[in-house]
Amino acid sequence: MSTVTADTHAHEHADDHAHVGGFLSTYVFSRDHKIIGLQFLFSTLLWFVVGGLLAMGVRWQLAYPWSDMPVFGKLLFAAEGGQISPEFYTVLFTMHATVMIFLVIIPILAGAFGNYLIPLMIGADDMAFPTLNMLSYWFMWPAFLAFGSSFFVEGGAAGAGWTSYPPLTVLNSASPGSVNGQSLWLIGVLCVGVSSMMGSINYLTTIIQMRAPGMTMFRLPMTIWAMFITAVLQAFALPVLTAAGFMQLADRELGTGFFLPEGVAANNALPAAGGGHPLLWQHLFWFYSHPAVYIMILPAMGMVSDIIACFARKPLFGYKPMVYSIAAIAGLGFIVWGHHMFLSGMNPMLGMTFMVSTMFIALPSAIKTFNWLGTVWGGRIQFTTPMLFALSFVSMFIIGGLSGIFMAATPVDIFIHDTYFIVAHFHYVLFAGTAMAVWGAIYFWFPKMFGRMMNEPWGKVHFFLTFVFLNCTFYPMHILGLVGFPRRLADPYHYETFRHLMPLNQFMTWCAIGMFATQIIFAINFFSSIFMGKKVGRNPWHANSLEWMAPSPPGHGNFDFQPIVYRGPYEYGSPEVETDYYPQTQPPPEKQGDD
Amino acid sequence: MFYGSRWIRTPENPKLNVPPGEDAAVNRFWCIVFLLVPILGVATFIVAPYYNIWFPRDVSTHGVTIDNLFMFILWLTGILFIGTEWALFQFTWKYDAERNPEPVKFSHGEHTLEVVWTIVPAVILLFIAIYQMDAWAAAKMRKPNIRPTAEIAGRQFNWDVRYPGADQQLHTLDDIVRYDGNIHLPMGEDVLLVIKSQDVLHSFFLPNLRLKQDVIPGMEQAMWFYAKDTGKFDVVCAELCGWGHYKMKARLTLQTRSEFDKWLAETYKAEQAMKVATVDQ
Repeated sequence: MSTVTADTHAHEHADDHAHVGGFLSTYVFSRDHKIIGLQFLFSTLLWFVVGGLLAMGVRWQLAYPWSDMPVFGKLLFAAEGGQISPEFYTVLFTMHATVMIFLVIIPILAGAFGNYLIPLMIGADDMAFPTLNMLSYWFMWPAFLAFGSSFFVEGGAAGAGWTSYPPLTVLNSASPGSVNGQSLWLIGVLCVGVSSMMGSINYLTTIIQMRAPGMTMFRLPMTIWAMFITAVLQAFALPVLTAAGFMQLADRELGTGFFLPEGVAANNALPAAGGGHPLLWQHLFWFYSHPAVYIMILPAMGMVSDIIACFARKPLFGYKPMVYSIAAIAGLGFIVWGHHMFLSGMNPMLGMTFMVSTMFIALPSAIKTFNWLGTVWGGRIQFTTPMLFALSFVSMFIIGGLSGIFMAATPVDIFIHDTYFIVAHFHYVLFAGTAMAVWGAIYFWFPKMFGRMMNEPWGKVHFFLTFVFLNCTFYPMHILGLVGFPRRLADPYHYETFRHLMPLNQFMTWCAIGMFATQIIFAINFFSSIFMGKKVGRNPWHANSLEWMAPSPPGHGNFDFQPIVYRGPYEYGSPEVETDYYPQTQPPPEKQGDD
Repeated sequence: MFYGSRWIRTPENPKLNVPPGEDAAVNRFWCIVFLLVPILGVATFIVAPYYNIWFPRDVSTHGVTIDNLFMFILWLTGILFIGTEWALFQFTWKYDAERNPEPVKFSHGEHTLEVVWTIVPAVILLFIAIYQMDAWAAAKMRKPNIRPTAEIAGRQFNWDVRYPGADQQLHTLDDIVRYDGNIHLPMGEDVLLVIKSQDVLHSFFLPNLRLKQDVIPGMEQAMWFYAKDTGKFDVVCAELCGWGHYKMKARLTLQTRSEFDKWLAETYKAEQAMKVATVDQ
């Protein structure tokens, strides 16, 4: 077997390359896709903590409104006397969503895993444009600084929701966060957009041009297919957000009126010259941000497909339908943005059109779920930590997917729009779905990234506690939504309708705190395993795809041999070979020939 | 190697294809954790109404359509939810590498199955889409041809109400305008409201009437309903409108027509008296 012979020569080559250049060019301004991937990973995990703390603030206020927040209250908002003010509450949920979406989920999927895995999984030595790749990471820093510093400017950070609907965001006098924070928010989002754009062009070029010999498009792992289609989504949707962002910035700083009707004013300020329309922003924003919802889930779906096939020791069920359904999600994703605007004042006839397209986007998601179940069926399942996270992704995505149908039904949406039902829905997709998949992916590819295993028993404790706490936190939000419990309210309990919901919210808050605390187990496991984890070889999980044929961790240039691909990545349990896995690079037995 | 070289499947010992050191009982535990998802998920929806964590009382005529549509989708998705989660549990339980002696089913997919599970959900989704169109049209498109009973204007952070006076016309001299967050409206008849905003976006949300509509500065919209009961209800702002969004609260009083007319007349008289008093000073 050629791969085994190649193995033995691995380390000398890898070491040769690792010492090229000094510390700065190797680890800081690196153009190596793996270092850039890890830079993205560490930065986003750090912001994950910040986003989590902001969520704790939101939860505390919902459980114990206007009371001193223990420990963190004094640390985080000493100026407020440890209490959350109504202004600060709007900042909390706005920046929680902003940080989680723009600084965690999008960059951890595309930035961290996309960067790390794409060249390795297609058998390339690096990205097509290494310098552009480096810039895509460093363009995140202006965003980090803009979002981070906005907390300390006059008026505080943006507090108009991550959707930033004008006129609230454009009229300086309308909200404290709209004095300065909103401009910094827009600059931050624009920088994230530039970073994503550089990344997506790079991914597209790399996947199209740099596949190893024999790696046809239909031999790509699902992770790569998902990253590819995500990059297409970003490339087509981002220009619209960028334009909209500049328009809002112009409205705020240059006095234009793209999003302001004539004569609108807040707090007795001078009326705007106007000429624009607030709904224009919503259309432009959701034209990007609805595809962005799929940018935030498709790579997770791809990684979960790879993990499930590997630990079911069975080929992925329905590879081509899986690819087609990702493509269908991406295609339909561009014509459903209006379902965020059913009640916005948009023509109700248009709402009906968007309702039909929205109903149909549930279809490819259903096909994917059935195929995951088909993959598990008849396998020999190993309950490793990554597999548990991947299976929980399927289980949770079913909930998040099905709850979407309620809101797609326009008459039902009249009642549950902007209630906790939608909060439950997107947390089931983004936290119980994407975040769980990301954890699974970290446990799965950690041995490749650092050459060591993460601790399995502690990984399972982390999984179990996270799984229990997340369901206790997010599942009750569905029934809160049924009461009409509105989102983004600092104190919902002075409404008679919602007064009796406080005990349930307190239970949810304590579960959220438990969920946050559980991540300490993960952090300890992650950082100690980098230095003390059990050392492993190239292919600890006995997986098929190309990255497992490279050394762990791969040196500069990735492969110490030229990978040649003979088959798809999911040939587990193939009758052709003795082993229950069949790496993509392993030449077929001589008698049978290549088919 | 993580699991050692025993991973290799040999004809002499096919069962060696199992990671050593994994406890079979622990695998059972994980399967049951996944089984608890549908069990507790369904139980939550059964128990919630007993704690009054359910739809608030509906006093509109159209609300029952919305609630029924919700229940219909709840049943449909509930069955799918139980079915798929059960399948996940069943497969993980049965095909656990520790217990399942059979070799894996070396299958890359099944064309017929793919076609079935594409077409069946497609038909169901198309049915839901068409089924609900009428309710949506009734709620947002079939505006009744009557004079507006009142005009509601949102501003940071209050709902102002303007009633047409005796001349039945809005924005004339005999209008009655209230800024105190109390909205009075008649029951037992079609009510048409004009809703608008003076500054930023708001959303006029009446949970007990199953009504919600965002209001936009520079745009007048209509909202209509037929209330079948009297009482006092919450009016919520459901679109973020600034730091005081949480306190943008109003109370809706639904009255019979005669009581409503009486209240309107009294309020008009009180307002005129106030105006006269102000002029006198």
